[in-house]
Amino acid sequence: MGLTGLDIFKQLPKTNCGDCGVPTCLAFAMKLAQKQASLDQCPHVSEEATAALSGAAAPPIKLITVGADERKLEVGNETVLFRHEETFYHPTGIAVAVDAALPEAELSARIKAIGDVSFERVGQTLTLNAVALKGEGEAFVKAAALAAQQSAVPLILVNEDPAVMGEALKACAGKRPLIYAATAENVDAMAALSKEHNCPLAVRGSDLSSLADLSEKAQAAGAADLVLDSGAREPAAVLANETAIRRAALRKRFRPLGFPTIVFTDGADPLEETQQAATYIAKYAGIVVINNMEPWELLTLVTVRQNIYTDPQKPIQIEEGLYEIGSPDESSPVLVTTNFSLTYFTVEGDVEASRVPAWVVVVDTEGTSVLTAWAAEKFTAEIIAEKVKAFDVASKVNHRKLVIPGHVAVLSGKLEDELSQEWKIVVGPRESSGIPTFLRTSWEA
Amino acid sequence: MAFEIPVEKWTAAVSALTIGAAEADGGTRTSTVTVGGETTLPFLGFEGDTPNRPAIAMEVLDVPPPNYPEPLSAAFGDAVNDPAVWAKRCVEEFGADMVCLRLAGAHPDQENKSAEDCAQAVKSVLGAVGVPLIIWGCGQPDKDNEIMPRCSEVAAGENCLLGTATEDNYKTITAACMADGHKLITEAPIDINIQKQANILVSEMGLDLSRIVMFQATGGLGYGMEYAYSIMERTRLAALGGDRMLAMPMLSVVGPEAWKAKEARSPEEAAPEWGAAEERGVSWETTTATCFLNGGTDILVMWHPRAVALLRKTIDSLMGEEA
Ligand code: SF4
Repeated sequence: MGLTGLDIFKQLPKTNCGDCGVPTCLAFAMKLAQKQASLDQCPHVSEEATAALSGAAAPPIKLITVGADERKLEVGNETVLFRHEETFYHPTGIAVAVDAALPEAELSARIKAIGDVSFERVGQTLTLNAVALKGEGEAFVKAAALAAQQSAVPLILVNEDPAVMGEALKACAGKRPLIYAATAENVDAMAALSKEHNCPLAVRGSDLSSLADLSEKAQAAGAADLVLDSGAREPAAVLANETAIRRAALRKRFRPLGFPTIVFTDGADPLEETQQAATYIAKYAGIVVINNMEPWELLTLVTVRQNIYTDPQKPIQIEEGLYEIGSPDESSPVLVTTNFSLTYFTVEGDVEASRVPAWVVVVDTEGTSVLTAWAAEKFTAEIIAEKVKAFDVASKVNHRKLVIPGHVAVLSGKLEDELSQEWKIVVGPRESSGIPTFLRTSWEA
Repeated sequence: MAFEIPVEKWTAAVSALTIGAAEADGGTRTSTVTVGGETTLPFLGFEGDTPNRPAIAMEVLDVPPPNYPEPLSAAFGDAVNDPAVWAKRCVEEFGADMVCLRLAGAHPDQENKSAEDCAQAVKSVLGAVGVPLIIWGCGQPDKDNEIMPRCSEVAAGENCLLGTATEDNYKTITAACMADGHKLITEAPIDINIQKQANILVSEMGLDLSRIVMFQATGGLGYGMEYAYSIMERTRLAALGGDRMLAMPMLSVVGPEAWKAKEARSPEEAAPEWGAAEERGVSWETTTATCFLNGGTDILVMWHPRAVALLRKTIDSLMGEEA
């Protein structure tokens, strides 16, 4: 991604004067490449070289901040086309459209509802990220003022009249809303507003060429923080454009399209809209604007986002400990598993399906699954025994049977030893899917 | 400024394959399904072709499902008591492109049905519907080796898709598949190397690569969807990059995985903050499928009729075929 030492060296004076604190220009270039020095430590570097080096060092997709407070939304600065290549960094902002013409009480209730949405999943709190306020004239300005005053959720101001936008921006001073949108008709005026109010600006083209043009015009007019809308609304076209923009930015370093994107769904039906938005989350949207707020739609979309933006190198883990599924009592079974979220939640689901309440000893295996943890010696008899004692499992049940995953049946003897023969080890099914049958037919306290 | 879309120069294509045989080809199917053949990443028309729509199979079991959530029981009613009736509804009312008959009742922990019982179920479904059939074992390797040859035999010439061959258990099903003129699903546990290995093993037995469909044990939305999604992306990239051993069409089992999630199956009383139970389940199932479409899957095994209808619309819209 970054420049090599040699690329940087070519831009340096090559005098080896040592004023940078390093004996040679080449050595300094190497330090720069490793980010252990900064360019301004060389007092002799030319202006052109500074421009070239800082330009090339800028990320290919600029990070854009919408909103100002603790709920501000950051999108962009992505580095790959496929999550397995590295990870996706800045989760798609989910915005809900709000009609500024609604009666004040309704408007206020909807804005509040957007801010209040919150789901707990796998130890993370998942929320919505912006209100996309749409409307005209005075009603729009009033609604913008109300939203800015009432809610900490970032605003997207959807209106194409620069005069109205100017008023709305005054009403949202300090809130850093996203201005939507600069088009071929109004780009100079909108860019001026973006500069004056220090707010990010969305630009909307009618195709990718016109989008790139507009991006350059807006930047020339002083708008530095852009968000791109290709203008497409049908899923096939959106998918194509989102892919083209991401590729142009990453593969070609094409600066005019080196910004995050915004996409609007066009479905009125919440189920159809969910499918569109899911596609856009998977395929590169920086912000997706939806029209509905069915709870199941929101739950679905924040979960898609959570999945797609999970770092493939860092699986989500849950805290170790003794978990209760159902309302287990002193005769309920005790199962052992790892703290890889997927492993635990699969076990949880299968225990729930069995309708047999159970205790689950969750061992910290640094987020690895049973077999991987066992192979890496993070799920050994010693470790499991230590946790059974540490979580004081013996105080919860009056039996002394511990169910271990079938894949680690080999641990049985050693584990009984580690637990001073006080517990009997029962080998459970190899796959979690066998748990319901196992608990219903084989388990006896 | 004339902007040129950056196009990747792929060197190879996903192989295409047809399931189902009409009378002229020695079967009795009234329709067939062709999948695969893509020369680009999913649905990127500017770069290459997606010559065949992803196909929708609806899953039917040979025994009534033990704990179907309410929206599914409501959708199928008594049909679940007879796979032939069930399959007929899937095709005639809900428009399934294929039926996936899963022989769950053969599992020793279930009803431990005999090979003959299973073969009867296959025959009755073949007789009830004209679409191509996927015949899926019970998942217990020894039992599958017992039932699948017989099921394959009674469907000989129908060009069904048989599942599954794994790295550890592939010989019996592959031999049956070759003898009776079917196609084969190879299965791997979200591992690209194991998938490749399974493909190599079955092809070494003489099964042509063009007769294979790949299946990676899928995770539903919220429960490992992203692993399956990324494996699909990696597999498709490998195929387009010229890896013949990973160039087959992909299949996802969506219905059973999606409906495992408590977000999909909880009744409304248990989770009022999540909204209407049926829409929630349908959303969970279809969205899992939509993610996999974007990962590159070619065949989706579905449960709920509304999810099937919504998925069909989604495929239309991604293919650019919106009405
Ligand atoms: S100060 Fe600049 S010119 Fe002097 S050695 Fe360091 S890099 Fe080279």
